[in-house]
Amino acid sequence: MPALTGPLTAEEVLDREFLEIRAKILEVAAALDRLDRASGSVAADERRRQIDAAIAILHTSDPDRSERVQRQFSLPYLEHWREQFQIDTRRERQA
Amino acid sequence: MYYIDPHIHMLSRTTDDYEALARMDCVAVSEPAFWPGLDRQNSESFYDYFRHLTEFEPARAAKYGIQHYSWLCVNAKEAENLSLSREVLSFLPEFLNRGNVLGIGEIGLNKNTRNEAIVFMEHKELAIRHDQLILIHTPHLADKLRGTRMILDMLCDDQRIRRERVLVDHAEEHTIRPALDAGFWVGMTLYPTTKCTPQRAADLAERYGTDRLMVNSAGDWGPSRPVAVRDFIFEMRRRRHSESTIRRIVYDNPVQFFSQSPAFQAPIATEDGPA
Repeated sequence: MPALTGPLTAEEVLDREFLEIRAKILEVAAALDRLDRASGSVAADERRRQIDAAIAILHTSDPDRSERVQRQFSLPYLEHWREQFQIDTRRERQA
Repeated sequence: MYYIDPHIHMLSRTTDDYEALARMDCVAVSEPAFWPGLDRQNSESFYDYFRHLTEFEPARAAKYGIQHYSWLCVNAKEAENLSLSREVLSFLPEFLNRGNVLGIGEIGLNKNTRNEAIVFMEHKELAIRHDQLILIHTPHLADKLRGTRMILDMLCDDQRIRRERVLVDHAEEHTIRPALDAGFWVGMTLYPTTKCTPQRAADLAERYGTDRLMVNSAGDWGPSRPVAVRDFIFEMRRRRHSESTIRRIVYDNPVQFFSQSPAFQAPIATEDGPA
C-alpha cells in the first residue's frame, strides 16, 4: 500500500486551510459556550467527557490524530466476542 | 473524467438524480440492498424489492446512459429478525442470475448483535455456494470499530473466502488499515456529516495509496449527495494529484473489482472516458 506523495507544500496547505480550520474551531468553541449557557448540566454525560478527551487529542503532535479521535468516539473491540455469542466462525478450505 | 459510483441507493433518489449523475460523467452505479427506513413485515416485500433492483432501476438508469448493477441480501438492521432473514435467503438465489447482479451485499453488522452475526455467516455461505462477490456494510459511528473488527474476524476465519472478491465499505480512519492489511478491497463513503468527507477521503488516499481503494456517495434517503464522488475528484485535483491517480480510484478500481463478476461489462474507456 504505497502512500501517495502529497503534491502540496505545508505552506500551501495552510494557505488553503487556515480559514476553514479557524471556522471549524470557532464552531466547536461556540457549541461549547452554548452548552454552558443552557440550563441544566451535562457534566456527568459520557458524551461530554468524550468531547473533552477528543479535544485533548488535538493538542498532541501525533500524526494519527484523526484516527485517535475516531477511537475516542468508538466502542472498544471485544476480543472474545465469538465465545460470548457461542458462534464458531472457523471454516476450513474446501478440498 | 468518467467515473463509477460503486455504492448508491437509487431506489431512494429521483430521476433528476440520474440526470445529474449523467451530467457529472457517472457511467455506472452499483446499488446494494439496504434498509428502507422501516423494518419490513414479510419476505414478499423483499421479493418485490429485489425485482425493483434488478428490473426497474436498470431500465431507469439506462435512459441516462448509466449502467446499473445491484447486490442482494437482507441488510444488517433487519437481519436481527432471524426467521424473516432465512425466508428471504431461501428465495434470494433465484435472483442471482439476473443480468445486473454483482453479488451478495451489503451484508454486515449494525449493532453488532449475535443474530446479526448469524445472518452474516449465512449470507457468507450463500455467496460461497454461488461463487458471488461480497459487499460489506460496516456499522455506524460508535459501533463501527467493534463491528468492523468482528466482520473481519468472520471473513478471515473462513479459509474459503477469497479476499480479493470482498469489498469492505464505509471505511474511515480507524478501520481502513485492518481491512487493507487483510487483503480486502475498501470503500470510503462521502457523507456530509457522518462517515468521510471528500477531504478526509483524499487524506486517506494519500496515506494508504490507490491500491484496492474506492470512493462512493452511498446516496440514499438520508443526508447524502448522489454526486459526491465528483466532490472527491475536485478535492484531489485541488491537491494537484494526477488525473491517472484520481481515475484509478474512481474508475479503474471499481472496474477491476466488479470485473470479477461475469455480470459486469466495463464501459469501453479511452484516455478521455468511455467511447
